[in-house]
Amino acid sequence: MTPIELTRNPIVKATLRNRWPQFVVRVIALAGFLFAILSGFIGTPVGNHNFSIVFVWIVWWALLMLIAVPLLGRGWCAVCPIPMPGEWLQNGALLKPRGKGVGLNRKWPKRFRNIWLQNIAFTLLALFSAVVLTRPSVTGLVLLLFLIVALITSLIFERRAFCRYLCPVGGFIGLYSQAAPVEVRVKDPAVCAVHTEKSCYTGSADGYGCPWLIYPGTLTKNINCGLCMECLRTCTQDNVAFNLRSFGADLKQPSGHKLDEAFKAFIMLGAALIYSAVMLGPWGALKSAAYSIGTPQWLVYALTLLGLIYVILPGTFLLTVALGRTLTKSKESLKKSFSAFATALIPLGLMAWIAFSLSFVFASLSYLWPTLSDPLGAGWNLFGTAHAAWQPYFMSIVPFLQAGVLIGGLLWACVTARRIAAEKQQGRGITLQALPVMGFCFIITAGLLGLLIG
Amino acid sequence: MKAERFALLFVIVIVIGVPLAAIVARSNSGAIEIHGQMADNGGWTPSDLTAQVGVPLPLRLTSDDVVHGFAVGHSTEPALDVLPGQWTMTTLIFNRPGKYTFYCTRWCGANHWRMRGTIEVTGDTTTTITTPPPLYVTLNLDLDAPHPSEVVPGEKPSATRGAALGVKIDRVVEATQSPAQVWQQMRSASITQGLSDDQVWDLVALTWRSNTTPERLAEGQQLYAQNCAACHGETGKGDGVIAPSLKKTPMPDMTMTGHETVAPIDFTDAQDMLGASGAILEGKIIRGGMGTGMPYWGPIFTTEQIQAVADYLWTFQFAK
Repeated sequence: MTPIELTRNPIVKATLRNRWPQFVVRVIALAGFLFAILSGFIGTPVGNHNFSIVFVWIVWWALLMLIAVPLLGRGWCAVCPIPMPGEWLQNGALLKPRGKGVGLNRKWPKRFRNIWLQNIAFTLLALFSAVVLTRPSVTGLVLLLFLIVALITSLIFERRAFCRYLCPVGGFIGLYSQAAPVEVRVKDPAVCAVHTEKSCYTGSADGYGCPWLIYPGTLTKNINCGLCMECLRTCTQDNVAFNLRSFGADLKQPSGHKLDEAFKAFIMLGAALIYSAVMLGPWGALKSAAYSIGTPQWLVYALTLLGLIYVILPGTFLLTVALGRTLTKSKESLKKSFSAFATALIPLGLMAWIAFSLSFVFASLSYLWPTLSDPLGAGWNLFGTAHAAWQPYFMSIVPFLQAGVLIGGLLWACVTARRIAAEKQQGRGITLQALPVMGFCFIITAGLLGLLIG
Repeated sequence: MKAERFALLFVIVIVIGVPLAAIVARSNSGAIEIHGQMADNGGWTPSDLTAQVGVPLPLRLTSDDVVHGFAVGHSTEPALDVLPGQWTMTTLIFNRPGKYTFYCTRWCGANHWRMRGTIEVTGDTTTTITTPPPLYVTLNLDLDAPHPSEVVPGEKPSATRGAALGVKIDRVVEATQSPAQVWQQMRSASITQGLSDDQVWDLVALTWRSNTTPERLAEGQQLYAQNCAACHGETGKGDGVIAPSLKKTPMPDMTMTGHETVAPIDFTDAQDMLGASGAILEGKIIRGGMGTGMPYWGPIFTTEQIQAVADYLWTFQFAK
């Protein structure tokens, strides 16, 4: 499908170029974020009645995984409030550039210009997630840490270094944004090539240089584009477009496969499997182990999680890729093949997370009503819903949705694997090289079907 | 510049104003906030309250974990449910000074009974009410001394069978007498000479049944179900749902520190029960098990309620 340029529509273009809509949404999001921190610390410690737990881990998560990431990619990053205070200090302004702000404005260290730190940050969060997701005070603490780390990073390093290199959430959103049907791209790279000012990267009176440290002129994947629309504002050549495209367009890119991104795919897949087992499975001992931080049982759980996402899954996948290479006598290096075929895990992982989220989002969404009426657990009844009873929604159709999503993810992963194989092989060789990877994806899907539905 | 100022105002109002307003609104409650947690995690917070005679004491109760209940000992007010994350409002008024116990009325965990707090009520009162000490104190009974029955019936004694015997007996039982003692008195009496030992036990059952009323037994049964059955079991066999988590030591001994628990008493054990007097049973209910895990109900139950529970306990030995 040829991308459709949405910014051809003058209303869309004007809305995206205008700072106010985005600013208002972000400020409201920041207020909600601060409110969640506050509620985590002073609200009720009962998770399903606490604003921080209900709004962050049910409402926000539902919006993120079921709508924002699949349909808008990094759409959340465009309105994320976490970097706002740091950006305001960096810029010395709330809206348009108007002078020098504060901060050291240092360049991010070269050796960390990848998503390994994001991988580690997400892994750390995953290790403690059973507690983070259920204890309001811990959620409040984690959110506060996000805010503080983002602020400190902004004061030391240039632009949105936190978002690009540290944010554990941004890491997986970026990975899965490659499957999203929207993109910011330049209309004609040739225009950029001769445009010496590069205002999209350096900034202008109309906007900031790309906060995500990318040069839009060479942008081919969504992974690092935060959809902040600054380039749309700063491009003097009217050469930047916001496009509607086919799902998974970036997965068709033949180059740019990186090992850190491949491992992000394993981390996400492994986390989906572990979370499904811990949070939705019938194994009480496993749940207890995940909650009992610091105990020998938790240590076993932590080592299992680490072993699964950093050794077992990548190791098994490596074997499948090696098998494919052997079957086709491929000359490509194993590392390159490994990173390339890991792209197939992006749709698989995205669909796994959607299926996992469906399990609890509809079951827990009714906690929203009492929490809306009494966000601080203070006995208020602002909207008359403080005593609304828990009521699961659509539970009879959720398993069918999950099965459809998981099978869809498997098919999408298989198609992606075949496409990657087709870049290296021809004829029967395509199937031969892709088949072991498809088998890996099939086993993961079967495991998830068993855990989520079986 | 104008836009920037407007943006700043917007940020102040939304980002700072909204949370600040919420904090201010939250702190504007006149009632005392009481949080309930399972006893192992802290019980009631705060657990020690003070009040004045005749002055309303408004309370806001919430649970921070599971469903709890709230009631004040020696009160006829019904218990309130205290739900996780929700608030229950109540106002207490005391008409005489004293130390009152408030407690959890829901089985919230193995140490549920430890979930108690006190309300110290001070102030003048026009009427002085003195509560007589319990019988076991007056009689200086050793509640912890073993009291095995020397005789036990061959089958569960029945008041109905006893009544059918047509023997005229003195139906008043002293609280200091155990069923075994009464049986021995009856056995040696001339009017029971032609009866078997078990028939004399039926007369004992009739005597015990005659000393209570169906209403009192119903009240005792309700209190037992609410407060005792979790350990002692619905059938009194000491096999309640909490029992497996209690230590299986039959009786406390000198090596215990006072924080252990022992296996709940089996009320169907004839040898143990038939050797106990009413005063001992009531005393144990009032005082508790002293280091065995058996709660003390003195500050919770009224004298009548304790008697009703004790009456009900005898039904595990004496059939209708």
